[in-house]
Amino acid sequence: MSKEQTVYIGGLGVISAIGNNVAENLEALVSGRAGMQAMQRLQSVHKDTLPVAEVKVSNDALAELAGLPAEISRTALLSAVAAKEAIADAGIELPAWRRGFISANSVGGMDKTEDFFPGFLQDAASGDLKMVAHHECGAVTEVVADALGIKDFVTTISTACSSSANSIFLGARMIRQGLLDVVVAGGTDALTRFTLNGFNTLMILDQEYCQPFDENRRGLNLGEGAGYVVLVSEAVAATLNKKPFCALSGWCNANDAYHQTASSPSGTGSLLAMKGALKKSGLSPEDISYINLHGTGTQNNDIAEGTAIATLFEGNYPPMSSTKSYTGHTLGASGAIEAVYAALAIREGLVFPGLRLQTPMKDLPFSVTTVLEKRKIDHVLSNSFGFGGNCSSLVFSRAAFNHL
Amino acid sequence: MYIQSAYAVSPQGSFNELLENPAQYRGDRLTCKEPDYSKYIDPKLIRRMSRIIKMGAAAAMECLQQAKVTMPDAITTGTAYGCLADTDQFLTRMVEFKEELLSPTAFIQSTHNTVGAQIALMLKCHHYNNTYVHRGSSFEAALMDAMGLIGEEAAQTVLVGGVDEIIEKSHAILSRFDLYKKEGSTETLIGGGTKGTMAGEGAAFFLLNGNREEGSLAKLDAVQNWYKPTVPVATLIEDFLKRNRVAAGSIDLLITGNNGDARYGGQYEALQQSVFKGIPSVTYKQFCGEYPTASAFALWMAAHILGTGQVPGVEGPAPKRILIYNNYKQQYPSLYLLSAC
Repeated sequence: MSKEQTVYIGGLGVISAIGNNVAENLEALVSGRAGMQAMQRLQSVHKDTLPVAEVKVSNDALAELAGLPAEISRTALLSAVAAKEAIADAGIELPAWRRGFISANSVGGMDKTEDFFPGFLQDAASGDLKMVAHHECGAVTEVVADALGIKDFVTTISTACSSSANSIFLGARMIRQGLLDVVVAGGTDALTRFTLNGFNTLMILDQEYCQPFDENRRGLNLGEGAGYVVLVSEAVAATLNKKPFCALSGWCNANDAYHQTASSPSGTGSLLAMKGALKKSGLSPEDISYINLHGTGTQNNDIAEGTAIATLFEGNYPPMSSTKSYTGHTLGASGAIEAVYAALAIREGLVFPGLRLQTPMKDLPFSVTTVLEKRKIDHVLSNSFGFGGNCSSLVFSRAAFNHL
Repeated sequence: MYIQSAYAVSPQGSFNELLENPAQYRGDRLTCKEPDYSKYIDPKLIRRMSRIIKMGAAAAMECLQQAKVTMPDAITTGTAYGCLADTDQFLTRMVEFKEELLSPTAFIQSTHNTVGAQIALMLKCHHYNNTYVHRGSSFEAALMDAMGLIGEEAAQTVLVGGVDEIIEKSHAILSRFDLYKKEGSTETLIGGGTKGTMAGEGAAFFLLNGNREEGSLAKLDAVQNWYKPTVPVATLIEDFLKRNRVAAGSIDLLITGNNGDARYGGQYEALQQSVFKGIPSVTYKQFCGEYPTASAFALWMAAHILGTGQVPGVEGPAPKRILIYNNYKQQYPSLYLLSAC
């Protein structure tokens, strides 16, 4: 571990296609239950051909859970549900501390904007302006920050699919810089026609359920959800009744600088991110007990990420899996949802199995775990890579709290 | 921390133009004067890139060229609206063609991190790269990240920028929120006594350096911003000056974000009668218009004022210390303290 102040994970919150809270998500991961199915809620011409991993709750019910109006963006509703769970889990008295809310998303209130747009295109004076009031990514964050009563520091990151990994380490950096004591950090994204059609034009959506790291993988399934962790300083951790069991020990943000959407064949950005995160945590590859892969299930991602892992972990591969085989790819939320899963892997001593693997990738010297493994997990490496070459890796470490 | 170089693609052609003969605009918006992109970007890329990406990339490249730095240690970008033209193009086609026959280019370029990503791609820069999308504090967040990286010694040079564009549809929608004057004029924008402002846009990039290099424009002493503060802004400003050990009287020039909307101008005026009393001041939104990352334009202007010793529209001695105060939509107050170096 680094000599700098330890930044603990004080609380977890998540909502995804496999459950509306941490307990439900864990139960699905343990029982191997995936969340994708034929489109139920999203209205799209592709509803019969493209399976998605939707959160199985209507906007009305989410609004009830979140204590917010039902007409606001689903991105904000999902965010509020998971952020509130994380704060409750930490059992923290927020007003006592300098606190931040650092969120991430890729589409903001696009779910409302795309419903506003057809009428607006017919007549520029028509349409309810309330539907575009939360279009901006930052507007979604503010709805939730205001509901949580957090204003010492509030910001939003958007680096496509790596967004919420970045929001988590920014929170840790600000705690180490002494600027904040508590940061609720993570990300959210709701399914929209905009993203569904965007990924569809790239021809990287699987018409069946995705098979990350399979030789015959066909693409990804989109998902939706939100995840947050409550990051706390050493001083705050000392006051919590429920002592933190893990810490964010390392992180790195690097850029592949190869192509706007495709990863380099050598996985340059992925390798730099993983290497940098290990260096920051003061760990060696052999210390890693489990890798939560970015593992989207696209041809390109999985070979690039796999090649980078083969380079870094040469001959000594820890168990690894992609939980996107459960949740689909939740884009701006994925880094944070998987951060919650990484923490759960440490707490429960579990390696969650990848689902639906039939044929391991021939060009890789390792394969993903396919059965639930019970073992002591000390350090988890979690990968999040996105469009624009944005690659971020996080390291979570077991850290029974003690008065340092 | 130093601003080694700064370049803005804005409604003003250059800082010299701003000094000699600032461009004037009528109506409800100001539009960027775009440079000759072939100086900065491969022609094949120029054709594919939308306007905001070109503006951002050109500003970033000029910034690096001026600083003679080929590879920054990090790139951070702030944008409230992101790549509107690409978003609009994909969304409009999706609606009109009922989710069929779409091409990926606009979608690929619609993600908010595209400007920062394209700069990294052009430079083959594998270093830290992050994009902030938080309304009126997007640029401030990018700058705070950059300063943090330098403070942590994770970087010595950081390319940091603020970019936002106006497109027809976003302007039509924002106009319906009653933000703009119908028949505005930049010559009378500030203090004209009517409601509404004029919309603006721009891409400003800075090369921050932990060390003072030959040709550095200014020293960036402190930056702070707030989100919907409950404490009166005057108190925040007093505390900021106290914390940074600056007597109000030692500030040679105040640059304020008054945007000419009579509904809110009083708030800037009240501060000039209290905490800012006696400090010579200028405004900047008559040069760039109002937009969420407009404070990046103010920082560009301040850096060049300190670099050249000249203030647009004002005769007099060269300012040695400048304070910028902006308060976008009265929800995101921000302060920047700079000095000559």
